[in-house]
Amino acid sequence: MEKRVVFRNKVLPYLLVAPQILVTLVFFIWPAAQALVQSFLQEDAFGTSSAFVWFDNFVEIFTSEEYLGSFRVTLVFSFAVAAIALSVALLLAVMADRALRGATAYKTLIIWPYAVAPVVAGVLWFFLFNPTVGMVAFFLKKFGVEWNHTLNGGQAMTLVVVAAAWREISYNFLFFLAGLQAIPGSFIEAAAIDGAGPWRRFWSIAFPLLSPTAFFLIVVNIVYAFFDTFGVIHAITRGGPNYATNILVYKVFNDGFINLDLGGSAAQSVVLMAVVIALTVVQFRFIERKVHY
Amino acid sequence: MADVSIRNVTKRFGKTEIIHGVSCDIREGEFIVILGPSGCGKSTLLRLIAGLEEITSGEIAIDGRVVNRLEPAQRDIAMVFQNYALYPHMTVYRNMAYGLKIRRMPAAEVDRRVRAAAGILELSELLDRKPRQLSGGQRQRVAMGRCIVREPKVFLFDEPLSNLDAKLRVQMRMEIRKLHEELKITSIFVTHDQVEAMTLGDRLVVMDNGAAAQIGTPLEVYERPANLFVAGFIGSPAMNFLQAEVAADGRRLVLPDGLDVALPGAGVPARAGRRVILGVRPEHLEPNGGRADGIRLAVDHVELLGADTLVHGRCGSMALTVRLADVQRIDKHAVIVLHAPPEKLHLFDPETKARIEK
Amino acid sequence: MMVEHRPALTVITHAALILGAAVLAFPIYVTFVASTHTLEAITKSFPLLPGGHLIENYLRALTVGPRDVGATVGTMMLNSLIMALGITCGKIFISLLAAFAIVYFRFRLRMVFFWMIFITLMLPVEVRILPTYKVAADLKLLDSYGGLIFPLIASATATFLFRQFFMTVPDELCEAHRIDGGGPMRFFFDILLPMSRTSIAALFVILFIYGWNQYLWPLLITSDQKYYTLLIGIKRMLDVGEGQAEWQIIMASTILAMLPPVLVVIFMQKQFIRGMTETEK
Repeated sequence: MEKRVVFRNKVLPYLLVAPQILVTLVFFIWPAAQALVQSFLQEDAFGTSSAFVWFDNFVEIFTSEEYLGSFRVTLVFSFAVAAIALSVALLLAVMADRALRGATAYKTLIIWPYAVAPVVAGVLWFFLFNPTVGMVAFFLKKFGVEWNHTLNGGQAMTLVVVAAAWREISYNFLFFLAGLQAIPGSFIEAAAIDGAGPWRRFWSIAFPLLSPTAFFLIVVNIVYAFFDTFGVIHAITRGGPNYATNILVYKVFNDGFINLDLGGSAAQSVVLMAVVIALTVVQFRFIERKVHY
Repeated sequence: MADVSIRNVTKRFGKTEIIHGVSCDIREGEFIVILGPSGCGKSTLLRLIAGLEEITSGEIAIDGRVVNRLEPAQRDIAMVFQNYALYPHMTVYRNMAYGLKIRRMPAAEVDRRVRAAAGILELSELLDRKPRQLSGGQRQRVAMGRCIVREPKVFLFDEPLSNLDAKLRVQMRMEIRKLHEELKITSIFVTHDQVEAMTLGDRLVVMDNGAAAQIGTPLEVYERPANLFVAGFIGSPAMNFLQAEVAADGRRLVLPDGLDVALPGAGVPARAGRRVILGVRPEHLEPNGGRADGIRLAVDHVELLGADTLVHGRCGSMALTVRLADVQRIDKHAVIVLHAPPEKLHLFDPETKARIEK
Repeated sequence: MMVEHRPALTVITHAALILGAAVLAFPIYVTFVASTHTLEAITKSFPLLPGGHLIENYLRALTVGPRDVGATVGTMMLNSLIMALGITCGKIFISLLAAFAIVYFRFRLRMVFFWMIFITLMLPVEVRILPTYKVAADLKLLDSYGGLIFPLIASATATFLFRQFFMTVPDELCEAHRIDGGGPMRFFFDILLPMSRTSIAALFVILFIYGWNQYLWPLLITSDQKYYTLLIGIKRMLDVGEGQAEWQIIMASTILAMLPPVLVVIFMQKQFIRGMTETEK
């Protein structure tokens, strides 16, 4: 798609793109290049000199049990978040699509958690499940469940998954509902005339038609769980206990800013960039519709 | 008011030449219609005159001034677009005033001109509306108003009526013609609709494949089409074409099935014995008053249109369409005998496709 | 809509929706309740109904501020607002200009620039924190509003959205404008910008939420309390080590931190949904 007419001006277009390009170069491309270079360097203990060490940093992280553990934790975390957020959202969207009365009110009630920051979501759930002041933890104890996510890795993982999935439900709900409402009524009516009940109609008509939306959302949810949940982890578990919730993004932060391991952190950044690029390529199928180049 | 002179204009997009050397002199105050099928380059030609595209070679002059390298704004033209191109966020008033404001015209003069144009176009009540609150015909008028207020030397119209429904189109067509008679501004109007062309134009430029196939008044184009393309394009239903051979004396035509047809006057002795294409319009074939000699048409199909009747059939191996006045009850599979007045026959050269003058 | 008569199913539908909405709202309700009690009540009795200390707690948070943070919630809210608006306006501004250049001009390096902007989509702050921090430090942007805003204002999403919108603007409008005698910037300001209003509004809502909710980047580059955003402040309040966290103040601050984006979503729902579905992230 190209415009038939364009303005003829030699300098103006460069001035117009300049701010965007400047910010991109200074804060995106240059740091990314730095991370790439840094990932091949090893600094000495005093940070005074650095040596080119080829792939040593990568070899080191991929042979480190801690890093591989973090990778596993991230995968479990991402899939759990995506699975919960998608299935709950789909259920609610199907219900909201059915509800003729009050559909708008339900929509408002369900979408607003998306506006809550991940770190705030973390604080909310942290408070509910806090072993000393948390209401839910208190009731769980009454039912004989000893809740302490600061000690129990499984409980910690459960809590961060719930907190992270909580606000993503709203996002998925919105897209599922839009998808359901885009299904022409005549499809459903034709199936009803053929004698299919609501359950059957959903699985044989609505669900297949929703699958592109679902696929798009799976990718978006995984990207979200990988990269946007730093706040949740930082607020609730700080990666613990015993690295049980130490997802990759948290680990990069921790190694770079707390442990000051520049080469290792850079190598991890490079790996993460590879992950984003891979996910973006998958997502590209959807973006392609918008970017006709 | 101004004359427009187009000299050997060509336009190339990359390697493809779209306009192959068109020349045309448009007189002051004339209403010229550029007519042709889609893809013939008629809109491109208009855009070249407007300056929205740059010409590859040739020369365009408006009021004696060569405008080849001038921006559209400097050419003193105004244009009505097919989709009207009204600014959607501006009121009717601001849409009309905008071009004048850009030219830094004093506000009082802008106001005077806008109100005057609105008066002519019966838009005075609608000046505060946004385009989306207007009907198709009203938008069309606003688009014209935007042109009128500029008081340009030339009006350009790019298929401005094609987005309107049939009834409105007829009405707007008459309004445009009326407006032209009032303002007498040189106008160039592009359309693919031959009825629009015939009713609006002082002269037509019939375009075919990037070239001007014929330039002339509507009647000239209808009565003496310069070539096969124009003959086939103008007139509805289209002209019938038959393969024929000029008899040895040059005064008669011999058709494949042994029929022969007299030519008017001295005929075409220069072409004696040569093959030609005979053209005859459906409305010029008439029943032969009960005589048995003439073109015998085996009827395949009859269309009753009320005001007239279209008869489709075959004469030997040749397909023919005939248009008869009023409702004619003709049975399918009947045979009718037809006659064409010699002066209504057209002859074309099969090689050059050009008209053969009798 | 098809008429269907299944009362049982209708009851289930509404029950599920109400339950869903209630579960989603529950954490926030509890937070709100906690923000209206004294610390003692919160830690001892797990109240389920709002208490009488609402004004006291919020006033203290806004004007005095929590212990050990060194800034009032009022100040931190102002910082969050400056950051959110800075990011929102900055992104919209530079994206509009870039999209205008890419759609309405032909120039060398056009496609190079296009891909350069596209790449930013693939490089979230989280994957390049250390070197970006270094750049910000070298540019003396630590502990400044510029540092909070500039690194976050490049936006492929907004640029694509505007590019997409500009492509749907009929060519004839631009041609009519040329015939009217207007130049490119005049076209941009008089025609394109007013026509983009709805897209800008939709993006504004999405980007405001995005900006307000930034956490990792402000965490990295602010060490001076003067520049703390509210989200940073809340996290600092939780970090009390062995001491007792001031839950009533933390909860009041949390409610205040949620308020602006949630209100924006509720009251600008149309723009919000439009923004979500058009940017698709």
